[in-house]
Amino acid sequence: MIKFILNDVEIKTDLKPGMLLLDLIRYNQQLTGTKIGCREGDCGACTVLVGEIKNGHLEYSTATSCLMAIGNACGKHIVTIEGINIDGLNAIQEAFAKEGATQCGFCTPGFIVSLAGFSLDKSTPTYERSIDAMNGNICRCTGYKSIERAAKNFTEILGQRSTQEPVEFAVDNRIIPAYFLKIKERLLKLNGQDTQSATAGNKFLGGGTDLYVQQHDTMPGEAIGFLFDKTELKGINQYDDVCEIGGAATVADIAVSPVFQKYFPALKEYIELVSSTQIRNMATVAGNFTNASPIGDLTIIFLALDAKLTLNDGAQKRTISLRSFYKGYKQLDKKADEFIEKISFVLPAETDRFNFEKVSKRTHLDIASVNSAIKISMEGNVVSSASISAGGVGPIPAWLSNGSAFLTGKEITPENIEELLKIVQSEISPISDARGSEAYKRLLLSQLIKAHFIKSFPALPIQNLLHG
Amino acid sequence: MKNIDSYTHTRGESIYLDDVPLTQGTLFGAIFGSPAAHGKIKKLDLSAAMASEGVVRIFTWKDIPGVNQIGGIVPDEPLFAEDIVDFNGMPVAFVVATSVEHAQAAIKKIIIEIDPLTVVTDPRVARQNNSLIVPPRTFRLGDSDAAFKDCVHVVEGIAETNGQEHLYIETQGAYALPQEHGAIKVISSTQGPTAVQRHMAKVLGVPMHQLEIDVTRLGGGFGGKEDQATSWAIFCALAAYHLKKPVKYSLHRMEDMRMTGKRNPYSSDFRIGLDAELNILAYEATFHQNAGAAADLSPAVLERTLFHCTNSYFIPNVTATAYSCRTNLPPNTAFRGFGGPQGMFVIEAAIAKAAEKIGVSAFEIQQKNLIKSGDEFPYGQLAVSEALPCWNRSLSLFDHAKKKKEIEKFNAENILYKKGMSMMPICFGISFTKILMNQARALVHVYMDGSVNVSTGAVEMGQGVNTKMLQVASTIFSIDPAKVKMNSTSTFRVANTSPSAASATADLNGKAVQIACNNILDRMKTVAADILKCSATEVSIKNEIVHVNDAATEISWDFLVLESYLRRISLSESGHYATPDIHFDASKEKGHPFAYHVYGTAITEVTVDCLRGTYKIDAVNVVHDFGTTMNALIDRGQIEGGIVQGIGWMTMEEIVYDEAGRLRSNTLSTYKVPDIYSVPQMLEIDFLETKNDNLAIFRSKAVGEPPLMYGIGTFFALRNAVKAFNPKSSIGFSAPMTPEKVLMGLYDK
Repeated sequence: MIKFILNDVEIKTDLKPGMLLLDLIRYNQQLTGTKIGCREGDCGACTVLVGEIKNGHLEYSTATSCLMAIGNACGKHIVTIEGINIDGLNAIQEAFAKEGATQCGFCTPGFIVSLAGFSLDKSTPTYERSIDAMNGNICRCTGYKSIERAAKNFTEILGQRSTQEPVEFAVDNRIIPAYFLKIKERLLKLNGQDTQSATAGNKFLGGGTDLYVQQHDTMPGEAIGFLFDKTELKGINQYDDVCEIGGAATVADIAVSPVFQKYFPALKEYIELVSSTQIRNMATVAGNFTNASPIGDLTIIFLALDAKLTLNDGAQKRTISLRSFYKGYKQLDKKADEFIEKISFVLPAETDRFNFEKVSKRTHLDIASVNSAIKISMEGNVVSSASISAGGVGPIPAWLSNGSAFLTGKEITPENIEELLKIVQSEISPISDARGSEAYKRLLLSQLIKAHFIKSFPALPIQNLLHG
Repeated sequence: MKNIDSYTHTRGESIYLDDVPLTQGTLFGAIFGSPAAHGKIKKLDLSAAMASEGVVRIFTWKDIPGVNQIGGIVPDEPLFAEDIVDFNGMPVAFVVATSVEHAQAAIKKIIIEIDPLTVVTDPRVARQNNSLIVPPRTFRLGDSDAAFKDCVHVVEGIAETNGQEHLYIETQGAYALPQEHGAIKVISSTQGPTAVQRHMAKVLGVPMHQLEIDVTRLGGGFGGKEDQATSWAIFCALAAYHLKKPVKYSLHRMEDMRMTGKRNPYSSDFRIGLDAELNILAYEATFHQNAGAAADLSPAVLERTLFHCTNSYFIPNVTATAYSCRTNLPPNTAFRGFGGPQGMFVIEAAIAKAAEKIGVSAFEIQQKNLIKSGDEFPYGQLAVSEALPCWNRSLSLFDHAKKKKEIEKFNAENILYKKGMSMMPICFGISFTKILMNQARALVHVYMDGSVNVSTGAVEMGQGVNTKMLQVASTIFSIDPAKVKMNSTSTFRVANTSPSAASATADLNGKAVQIACNNILDRMKTVAADILKCSATEVSIKNEIVHVNDAATEISWDFLVLESYLRRISLSESGHYATPDIHFDASKEKGHPFAYHVYGTAITEVTVDCLRGTYKIDAVNVVHDFGTTMNALIDRGQIEGGIVQGIGWMTMEEIVYDEAGRLRSNTLSTYKVPDIYSVPQMLEIDFLETKNDNLAIFRSKAVGEPPLMYGIGTFFALRNAVKAFNPKSSIGFSAPMTPEKVLMGLYDK
């Protein structure tokens, strides 16, 4: 039996654990404030809050309920727009109404819930963060400027929070209703019980952000092996110079990981290019690998880092290189009963350079036309080892072995970069599709590789590189 | 005044189609659309689908009791395909089942075999094949042939704009509920309730009075639900008619994107001639409109392209010809601007190209040729122009000269990034170009307790029209807005409505509300005069208090209402408004089709990342001619939203059909609209308050469509930035300016 708290009501249901939370909310619980815009996580109209106890604290994040299985809601607090309504407009709603930030109104509940998530986040509430909180919400009417003004006004209210617990502050300041104060206690009680039916299925499910897009018709009926909430698959840890990432760690976990923040100073820039706040809260790194998209952002990053995967079939484990994981378009070196238990890679040394580049039609919440990552180790002026990856330029996420090999032992000069680009062009095979023509993708990859060097080696003569 | 729906919108309590509580026994429909873009149906096997779990019945054209036809302007669009399929996604069968899942599962079991016919997706190919929706039309002013001979500079070229997906966040849908005596009530997400009713009556073979189309609100329309909401409503009504059960269909996003038409793409040829002083003497344009497989609204869209082919400029000699070309795409349709933007893009391209050839900036040509009051548009109407006031004010208010210098300096100092700027003046005519559509009615009831109920033909889709209607009623009566309630839009309350479109909804319906309220008020004043022993002309109502010669009396609104009722005076009125003074003679292509024009100027600044081909829009600064705005909050929202939608069309929104006529950009992951990060960092709007009298409601000029065209400026600003990096670039005039086109343009050799 699946048990969770929906707004202030405890849900106990025998519905299939693969059923989508959105469908339960709208068609089983008749809570119609949560809207359907796309059913693929790309519009945010169905955004809900997900509250769970982490390290003894109740923490809330946002998720698109159109991609979330109810099996992934077990033991959590799910909050819809109805669940944050108070008597009269709450402070977010008031800001929206005042600035005219709602026109047709269809996307509005999603925006309000996203900002509610922002208000419950323990990070310092800045205007920039308020906008980031809504980066997975699409509005077709307002042009967002009124939404920006509303967010600015609302952020000023949150600015008075100081050290108060976000939930308490939000209750005190007419942002959320008072029942939130009892949720932690209720969840702790709920978590003591068996909240989820045992599922022995080997249709493994992480956050669902890709599976429910690709297989939306069949997923609800599958025998699902839920991985997302397995404690043993959580966590990002450092052991000497090796970093280990659990198979259920999300992109959001990476973003806040002290290890990643320390070893990748530009981490924030990379993460911002990966989907949206809601999706990053749900999407796992391992899921990005197994969906086998030729342009998976995380895949491209970890190819350059030469990550190793530990696969587990329930009885046996084996470790393989991510570089050898892809056998062909959407074909993996993975048996049906194996899931990724762990990802590990050697952290960059202080003298190493790492960079990730991505260009898509829309800079944010879009799939890359081409993306690329690079890791270079230097000994003096000479490259001691190089690893370049690229997505969108072939049937699988590509590790550019020839280009990487060429660079080893070379100095970083415009001439060598030009030579490298020629080699790279000969080892890619992009096709024309909705994300760009073949000619564009070829040019773009060259440009992104130049960008790697311009960012990593500021002394390079830019003029020569650009017009070379 | 805030939008009257903002309370329920922000609380998730506003009701849209899919939120209507279901009546017991409701069935669910789904359309099986043609998998091929053009061909002859050889075999249609429904047996496996019929046997599928939960399926109640599957409807095809054979089940239509009336006529299988929904073409609005031209009767060329069958509701269901019969023998021939004309576009990928063309409805072939409507499956009705006990659940959405069952209906969708059954769709996959339908077997169809189609003998392929040639697929045409390019409008120029369609023109060569003489495959036109309607005969071509030509607007003429002066003699362009002769004038070109006097020109010092003559430039010609091609300009293209792609389509645009409406992407209303609420997809299309309808819910049909059978009523007694064979009537059907249909809740429809439509901008045109009467269009739905009219076509439904023909398909079902029943009189219009049997069909109530009721619309509470839309989760966005933008033109996409003007004509294209009709078929879904009829499918549901057809099934309800046969099964005597409620039937609902709310489309999945992928169904919606695949099966509905979009903004018409255009491919156009231009030729422009100027004298030595940069006066544009002559302009020729040939527009190839990609209409898709049926007329839909394309002939009207085409007409508006011609009306706006010279944008905000006066050109004495113009020959503009437009072809509506039939292709194997879903029938393209209305989209905010309605052909106007497509026409304006071409003249802006012509000016930009001429400027490059002459070696001046487009700015100089634009400024020199702005239309002045008394100048003639190619269709004969004389301008009452605000073009120069808007232009000049934008230059001074936003310090154009300083910005220009700053950009030149930035570009001289930076290698990796280049900035670009553009000017985009607009001039947009307000009225339906089909004269008969410029009429509206409103039904106003004053109840005996003093509360007021207003029904109009206007459909609320986010543009705030209901708020404006409520403002009209409360202003005329001079009562608290809280005393006024807006009704849903129903064909049983207000009949024979025009769709909510052409930016004219608030004007037409607002004037009808005004007339109805004034008529009631006049009767109430007579009652007041009788009580107060004065003349009715001396009576007025201010803030719910009856005044005589501007002096307050003891009599309140509530009292006077009740007293009027007791004296058996009617407190209800149906107001009717028809725009005066407008006319157009299509045989001469001359007349006075617009009640008035809306003007404005946008200055756009962008920065291009010359390494990656990506870009940011730094600022869009606008001076806009509002007349006298009646709701600044709502009007600002319309301008901001219109600009960003226009920018989307010009930048990232790229519709991709393959050669087989299959939509490749068929999801939100492959078709990108602006998100919160991609909008202009700065977006200033200056309200140019103009005092000239106009036919707008309360002189508050229409604001729905015009701002979209400011977005065109982004294309030219980006192009200027590309040219700053690579002056030799042959980058042309093909919108949208995607990062791909920018990068290819930057490195064009």
